[in-house]
Amino acid sequence: MVEYSIQENLKAEVKNLDFFYGKNHVLKNINIPIADKKVTALIGPSGCGKTTFLRCFNRMHDLYPGNRYEGEIIIYPEGINIVSQSVDPILVRMKIGMVFQKPNPFPKSVYENVVFGLRIRGNHNRKYLDEVVERSLMSAALWDEVKDRLHKPAYDLSGGQQQRLCIARALATNPEILLFDEPTSALDPIATSKIEELIDSLKKEVTIIIVTHNMQQAARVSDYTAFMYLGTLVEFCKTEKMFTNPSQKLTEEYISGRFG
Amino acid sequence: MWEYKGRLSKYLDKLFMIFGLLLCLTGLAVITILLIDLFIDGSPRLTLKFLISYPSRSPEKAGILSAWVGSFLVMFVTVFAAIPVGVAAGIYLEEYAPKNWVTDIMEINIANLSGVPSVIFGLLALGVFVYMLGLGESILTGGLTLALLVLPIVIMSTREAIRAIPQAIREASYACGATRWQTVRWHVLPYSMGGILTGVIIGLSRAIGETAPLVTIGALTFIAFLPSPPISTEFPFISFRWLLDQFTVMPVQIFNWVSRPQKEFHLNAAAASIILLLMTLIMNGFAIYLRYRFRRKIRW
Repeated sequence: MVEYSIQENLKAEVKNLDFFYGKNHVLKNINIPIADKKVTALIGPSGCGKTTFLRCFNRMHDLYPGNRYEGEIIIYPEGINIVSQSVDPILVRMKIGMVFQKPNPFPKSVYENVVFGLRIRGNHNRKYLDEVVERSLMSAALWDEVKDRLHKPAYDLSGGQQQRLCIARALATNPEILLFDEPTSALDPIATSKIEELIDSLKKEVTIIIVTHNMQQAARVSDYTAFMYLGTLVEFCKTEKMFTNPSQKLTEEYISGRFG
Repeated sequence: MWEYKGRLSKYLDKLFMIFGLLLCLTGLAVITILLIDLFIDGSPRLTLKFLISYPSRSPEKAGILSAWVGSFLVMFVTVFAAIPVGVAAGIYLEEYAPKNWVTDIMEINIANLSGVPSVIFGLLALGVFVYMLGLGESILTGGLTLALLVLPIVIMSTREAIRAIPQAIREASYACGATRWQTVRWHVLPYSMGGILTGVIIGLSRAIGETAPLVTIGALTFIAFLPSPPISTEFPFISFRWLLDQFTVMPVQIFNWVSRPQKEFHLNAAAASIILLLMTLIMNGFAIYLRYRFRRKIRW
């Protein structure tokens, strides 16, 4: 068992995390630190559990029956274990936002999409909402494209714009961690590069964890990379090291494209 | 090698097509003849006076005022009873209920309920509403009885409409920190409203033609008065006394006229049937319009 430590401020720490779906032991003893205001990428072949791992961070599994977490995901500075049964998943999701694989805006206006997180927190002050919409759409690099059609349906936007709208929606509530689940797998190369630039600029404000199928993407956007295989963590290190000099043979084989 | 081997199957194909077409046309023809017959019989009686007269012993004086007002009021009660209960049950089953044997039994029961003959609902209502709760042979009883009848339809159409919402939308809502109720209130309910309303109206257009359960609870066939008015001159100006008044409805009135020996009453029945058909047609048309409106507004 390797203990990974990094010379950074920690935003979170995963300790001995096991996850079960019914009798399926999906994640096995995962241990990694998550650096504050950095991008951590999760890579690995299909079915290795990277998305399952990501969805532990906002307790998304709690929506479905048969889930069971063991071990800890500690969030700093509070030092709270967010996968503990005594922690309300709603409170976790209030602090940790998520962007999904396929753009999933609500069938409402652009404006209403962005402010949804605030509305459910009881915030209906028009002036405040207007401010948040502008700020979030600016941060998501979408403001210039949609400022004249804030009240038009979100579904009229292109796929890439919809995904940036979903990012804006997640940003509107000032999350501490932002989870990206293969955010560009449904997008064309131009839209993809826009999202990647966006992730790079967002890490000034927020800690990012991203699942990606695309190793070049992991190399481009992340500071740290975790390589997973069959529900276990094979290797975790700085991204440059992972892609130039991996310490595990399995990692090297995956990165050089020999399987996956 | 280009010789067509399955010649017989080719002819069978054609044959079946023609056969199917003929069957469809037969169905259509029967309905058309029925409608034409109805119109020939009934149209001379279709006057404004027919709509605003009470039933009478002389067929040319008789009208359907108390019947259509009764139908309208009973439907009104049905809507207010069936929608909240049915929609809430549908939401519970889709969004909240855990998937286990208890909910399985509930589901099977609801599905079976929609197949129960309507006269059974009438017997149930007679026992529960009329005798046990002492609501009498009233509009309230009639409305509640029909509400029971359409409840399975409302529940099932609610569930279907809710199931059509992609899971990704719910996950997006939960990921923003929404509770189950907030997800229902902001997303599930608004997006499924078109489907729910369509189901409700289709249920109602079934209920408006129901005779058996209302006869069972004692919807009178000769009512020469209107229920008490819903507005009163005294505070609080709204009165619910009409809920406990006796009533009759369109199909019961039609049934009554048809069972008379005099031919003139049969003409009245035809005229009333035309009105009842129009009411159902308008309701179904409204359902189609609603579905169209909501479909256009919401895309995934």
